[in-house]
Amino acid sequence: MSISNKSAKTAARPGRTLVILSLLMLALLASVFISGATEVRLGLDLRGGTSVTLQPRIAPGESGKVTTEAIDQAVSIIRQRVNSLGVAESEVAAQGSGTNRQIIISIPGDAGRRVVELVGQTAELRFRQVLATAPGTASAAPADPTATPAAAVTPELNAQFAALDCTKAENLQGTGSDNAESPIIACDRNGGSKYILDKTEVLGRQVSKATAGIDQQGGNAWYVSLVFNDEGTRAFGAITARVTSLTSPQNQVAIVLDGLVVSAPRINEAIPSGNAQITGSFTQVEAQDLANVLKYGALPLAFDRGEVQQVSPTLGADQLNAGLLAGFLGLALVLLYSLLYYRGLGIVSVGSLLVAGGLVYMFFLLLGKWIGFTLTLAGIAGAIVAIGITADSFIVYFERIRDEVREGRSLRSAVETGWVRARRTIIVADFVSIIAAALLYFFAVGGVRGFAFTLGLTTLVDLLVVFAFTKPLTTFLARLKFFSSGHSLSGVSPKSLGALLHVTKEA
Amino acid sequence: MSKFSGLGGRLHSGETSIDFIGKRRRWYALSGLLIIASIAALSLQGLHLGIEFKGGASYTVTKVGSTVAQAETALSTAGIANEAIIQQVGTDKIRVQTGFLSSDKSNALQDSLASTFGVSIDSIDTQIIGPSWGKEITRKALYGLIGFIAVVMLYLAMAFEPKMAVAAIVAVIHDVFITVGIYALVGFDVTPATVIGFLTILGYSLYDTVVVFDKVRENTRSVTATSKMTYSQAANLAVNQTLVRSANTSIMALLPVGSILFVGAGLLGAGTLKDLSLALFIGLATGAYSSIFIATPLLAVMREREPAMKALAKRVNARGGSQVLASVIAPAEIVGDKRGPRNQPKRKGRK
Repeated sequence: MSISNKSAKTAARPGRTLVILSLLMLALLASVFISGATEVRLGLDLRGGTSVTLQPRIAPGESGKVTTEAIDQAVSIIRQRVNSLGVAESEVAAQGSGTNRQIIISIPGDAGRRVVELVGQTAELRFRQVLATAPGTASAAPADPTATPAAAVTPELNAQFAALDCTKAENLQGTGSDNAESPIIACDRNGGSKYILDKTEVLGRQVSKATAGIDQQGGNAWYVSLVFNDEGTRAFGAITARVTSLTSPQNQVAIVLDGLVVSAPRINEAIPSGNAQITGSFTQVEAQDLANVLKYGALPLAFDRGEVQQVSPTLGADQLNAGLLAGFLGLALVLLYSLLYYRGLGIVSVGSLLVAGGLVYMFFLLLGKWIGFTLTLAGIAGAIVAIGITADSFIVYFERIRDEVREGRSLRSAVETGWVRARRTIIVADFVSIIAAALLYFFAVGGVRGFAFTLGLTTLVDLLVVFAFTKPLTTFLARLKFFSSGHSLSGVSPKSLGALLHVTKEA
Repeated sequence: MSKFSGLGGRLHSGETSIDFIGKRRRWYALSGLLIIASIAALSLQGLHLGIEFKGGASYTVTKVGSTVAQAETALSTAGIANEAIIQQVGTDKIRVQTGFLSSDKSNALQDSLASTFGVSIDSIDTQIIGPSWGKEITRKALYGLIGFIAVVMLYLAMAFEPKMAVAAIVAVIHDVFITVGIYALVGFDVTPATVIGFLTILGYSLYDTVVVFDKVRENTRSVTATSKMTYSQAANLAVNQTLVRSANTSIMALLPVGSILFVGAGLLGAGTLKDLSLALFIGLATGAYSSIFIATPLLAVMREREPAMKALAKRVNARGGSQVLASVIAPAEIVGDKRGPRNQPKRKGRK
């Protein structure tokens, strides 16, 4: 059987396994320095900040309409608003699927209330006639007044229009508060142009269908087709009939989402049928993006604030210190206990825990860089709890060794037979722990997810350490005279263990 | 310490043996009583759910010398009529918990707290949970529990014997009841952190059971062949043999959890750390108890019903019981090393 061969091999070459492990640790250390991950990324509960979890508000019978795509559209709207705050390391992420999909916004620092207000508003899609347009930068002189119909555009609006600088982030946030009943000024989504727009004439929810398609006769150009409902057909018919004969840019109708112009197609003819096509030099992505915007407009998602958590930097620092203190205290107590109880063998558990701690710390650093892992208070708690699980693996092994010594084996042989038996127990037990961590990760929400993540990570590290460090080190120590001669401080002295000295007659 | 190691040796040989399985009715009765008490506490008092489950708002002001009366003033200034819980947390914190507040009311309360206590709005730690969010959390916690038990049961049934899986899960459900009962009885707050701590402890309790069962399986592998002890006797020996390990594991696990509890409850007052570690602490205790007193006796009883084991019990009884307990632990395999004179077995002058 391969098991005994394998154990014989590790027994013969404890040094080689240890060298491989140190190479692995060196490689990790090197990647830490190369990727510049010198600090563990801390969660908002440890450094202060605001997190808001939004869940879609679903009207009865409409749950089918809340699709993952619709939420992703909302996520990009919210991301645009949050980015406009200019707070470094803000994050907007979606989690879950379908109607359970939630949006999680985290913003470090004390932006607090402003964020909560900003992200909570419903984004609306509106169709407005373009009254004037200009490049996105602020211009010193007011735009040419003759180009604007004096009836709709007040001098104030014109002045605001001239001053509007679409290259500034704060002007690209979109607020959802653009007044539907009066003319507005707006930037386009990428800040390249700015517009004066007339009052809203067609609403996003009057769109019943929007799809992106490819025109196979017309040189494979991408287009977006739109279908309006009855109300929308009348309103869109009216606006197109009116503007089609006007001069540019007033023959354009802007599609405005969340106060930003997504597209401003020119109207070539009156469209009374309620079926429209937007053509242009779209790429596939652009066409699909526009269709998604229009679809989203048909069912603007309102969100409920599921959870708002605002942690001041003071509390964050307190919690970080408390977590670290609890960690050091727990580690110190476990080390002390294992030295007292296992004496010489305790050196193995001290070494193993230190190696495991070093590995976990390096993983924290690297995962922060690679997958944006952030350490939360719950995560610290998970790591501390894992100290117990890690120590337990050693206990299982050490007790096995002691059992073997009690049965009259020499230490060197007890270390090997004990390992074969303990190995199985350790694997099964750690596997149960990993199942638990994985399930917790998928079922938990928000902060406590961090607990499951670190618990799972540390259990994996535990497996690595037990196989690649604890076992070879024990084999190595068993060769030393201090241990193999059963010194009373070695922790494996047959005398103090009360070895059973009459059993081998059975074998 | 060395005395304890000596105890380990005596437990291992069966020289010192605690009869866990034979006296199982005593433990069943104790657990039954505790479970009935738990159900009574649960139905009479119910669980004290945190705002995360029922929706609500919580504001914590940190300022030395803050008083509950100030918080009451702030509440009435903001015109919050519904009942609020005001707590002094630690030495310098006041926590105000209310039902769910609309965003206007919440802002008003924040403003009024800030002006009453003379702190800035951003230094108030705030948590607002929508009512439907609470339902979502509850749903997820329940799914987590059910999913966990199903998956682990499946795994244990594959890794061990199906009956071991059943016994392990019964022990876990036992732990769930007792822990929930303690929470209902004492009235500790149940928060998502509590639930997570609790699910973790289910994993830990199973881990304990797994180690005991591993030994049980090893000891009982050849019972039918040797006919020296019944399944129950072999299983009882296994529990005794792993007793030292179980004690050590529980202590090693309690040390870090205890330090989280100490720091979390003592220094921070309340929050994630305290909720998590309290659940872990209570769960660890019931888990250690159930793996020894509930899971193994239950397994033994189930296995003893099998015809092969009944026959075995008959044979063993005919041979006159279990005086030969110790000699059954034959080394399963001997790694091919030559025993030096030092390691030659010596007969101990016993009996």
